[in-house]
Amino acid sequence: MVRTEAQAAWVAAAQAHHANPTGAHKAARDARRALDDARDLIASLIGRAPAEVVFTSGGSEADNLAVRGVLAARGGTAVCSAGEHHAVLEPVEHAGGSTVGLDDMGRVTPEALAATLGATDDVSVVSIIAVNNETGAVNDLPALAQVVREHAPGALFHTDAVQALSWIDLAAAVADVDMVSITGHKVGGPIGTGALFVRSGIELEAQILGGGQERGRRAGTPDVAGAVAFAAAVEATVERRDSEVVRLRELRDRLVDGLVDRLGSVVAPTLLGKGHDSQVAAGIAHLCLDGVEAEALLFLLDAQGLRASAASSCSSGAQDPSHVLAAMGVPRELALGSLRLSLGHSSTPGDISAALEIIPPAVERLLSHGGG
Amino acid sequence: MVAMSGGVDSSVAAALLLEAGYEVVGVTMKLWGGPSDTGCCAVSDVDDARRVADRLGVEHHVFNFGDDFERDVVGPYVADHAAGRTPNPCIECNRHLKFDRLLRRADALGFSMIATGHHARVVATVDGPRIGRGADIAKDQSYVLHMLDEAVLRRLLFPLGHMTKAEVRRIAAELALRTAAKPESQDVCFITNQHGREAFLGDRIGLKPGVVVDRAGATVGRVDSVELVTVGQRKGLGLAGGADPHYVIDVDPKSSTVTVGTAEDRLVEVTPLESWVWTGEAVSGDVELQCSAHGKPASGEVVNGFVRWRGEHRRIAPGQSVVAYRGDLVIGGGIAARAAHAALPQ
Repeated sequence: MVRTEAQAAWVAAAQAHHANPTGAHKAARDARRALDDARDLIASLIGRAPAEVVFTSGGSEADNLAVRGVLAARGGTAVCSAGEHHAVLEPVEHAGGSTVGLDDMGRVTPEALAATLGATDDVSVVSIIAVNNETGAVNDLPALAQVVREHAPGALFHTDAVQALSWIDLAAAVADVDMVSITGHKVGGPIGTGALFVRSGIELEAQILGGGQERGRRAGTPDVAGAVAFAAAVEATVERRDSEVVRLRELRDRLVDGLVDRLGSVVAPTLLGKGHDSQVAAGIAHLCLDGVEAEALLFLLDAQGLRASAASSCSSGAQDPSHVLAAMGVPRELALGSLRLSLGHSSTPGDISAALEIIPPAVERLLSHGGG
Repeated sequence: MVAMSGGVDSSVAAALLLEAGYEVVGVTMKLWGGPSDTGCCAVSDVDDARRVADRLGVEHHVFNFGDDFERDVVGPYVADHAAGRTPNPCIECNRHLKFDRLLRRADALGFSMIATGHHARVVATVDGPRIGRGADIAKDQSYVLHMLDEAVLRRLLFPLGHMTKAEVRRIAAELALRTAAKPESQDVCFITNQHGREAFLGDRIGLKPGVVVDRAGATVGRVDSVELVTVGQRKGLGLAGGADPHYVIDVDPKSSTVTVGTAEDRLVEVTPLESWVWTGEAVSGDVELQCSAHGKPASGEVVNGFVRWRGEHRRIAPGQSVVAYRGDLVIGGGIAARAAHAALPQ
């Protein structure tokens, strides 16, 4: 859901600034000012310099720019975790890179990363997701950055922090990370906004060529209104993050406790966020429901207005089994019953009560019909 | 729940049910293509189904039955070829996916009926519901639906059964459905035109060259891939020209041998069967038997796992379905087995 402050900023900026911010006239300079204000605000909120911000169309473009831009500029090999978002995984695999497995909590351990880096020659870029978008697993970026410096000193370290911005102190977490991807729509900003932070001095080949915007790193007329709304959403998110994390963790735990109460051993225990506060994002409840087909469950939940996810949707709209769960060693049959319930700034206690009314009967119905 | 493939038939089926007052939800099964959605069940077909549903104002969902399809259709298709048989994967898809997996999903989600755009009818008879031929004989699909039992037929709607294909296209055009002029789907959906059956099977089982022998055992030709040869086939056997036409009468991948015979050798008095099922009570005496989707039926009796033909009949490639009709109604069906060597005419 778009935050009200982001929506207001979006509409106001769209009305005020229809000029191309790279132009020379007054209207263009005004638009440029709005864009640079947004850039300064976002940079300060993540603890980076304004010159590091490359506005993109979202997280996928930012991830592609990081991985492919470095490979194009420097050659070498890319390494990422096997549980990355596809926007990192696909570019890495496409370029013949290597992947690091996950532990059973869905995280990359320093030992596993060190082993992969030790076994891979000429690593030029390493990408590890900050908070996993499916499971909410939180990676220890400072420790992993240390491993990269030791075992692949020539490599750049990138993180996809699209999911993380809502849940962790990102400025602190990425202090020793070279490139960081974020996106607007995960924090209540518009879909189609995002940014890649690129530490100064890093050689990066643009993936979209044209008029040399964004310091030659991303061509195309900048989306001024989008950037302004994105910045407003990031600001609201960062300002309220500490209290929201406490509030949403409590709601998430209520939800998980309620589901376990009703469904018992149907809920696979190891994947719950509860009890692993520092390792799983506060607002994500990721469950595997034993013997239930997630696709059928999502249909029943949707029919009652509950919007949930399973793993990742492919482009046809069908549900594919999760590659993240596979990388964690979760058996395929169990992974077919994955359910991802995400909470955010608009979530209320009433939502949790409604979910607890809707989900258990739907699960029970499917269990009585062979899983769906 | 209407199974919508993204073709014109299922598009119109959904439209007709809606018009008849049913509460309709459209579903497209994603059976193949992997995460990249290439090949069959392509994104463009799903898009067509979704946009037709949008146009009609009904909800549309996509169900991923890729594991079921691999296990119940693709795997057996490959194994059949490896065994020298000639499978019909469309029939197995109907048996296992459309009218079993999808029906079970529909049950779980609370749907009372499922519908497809097949050109066939569900006919109520005193003996129970039966599959009837579609009104458009050129498009009749009753043959590929022969396995449906009464329990399934009671849950099934074929809204196009009384219509011709031309009428279906006319309705689609009147409703401005984007599938109105879409070409018919062709061949085996999971094998792309680009790479073909040979590449597909070659990747999975490794095709072996074979010798072609006559009934006396003399080598008369060679084939590149014994697994791709079908009983009844005449061409591509490396036979010397000029002689009488020869036809494949047996395929044995174990010994990589294809046996050919004359037009007369093609004819048999009996065809062994496997997995024969009568829709209702078993029928004794002659029935009309059809051995391909639009083949001309022949008379024969089904008894003790064999068809005893009235007169003689061409050999049926093992793996092909034999379907029994009484008038326009399907009354049973099964699959032709490989003739034991003793059953070859001496």
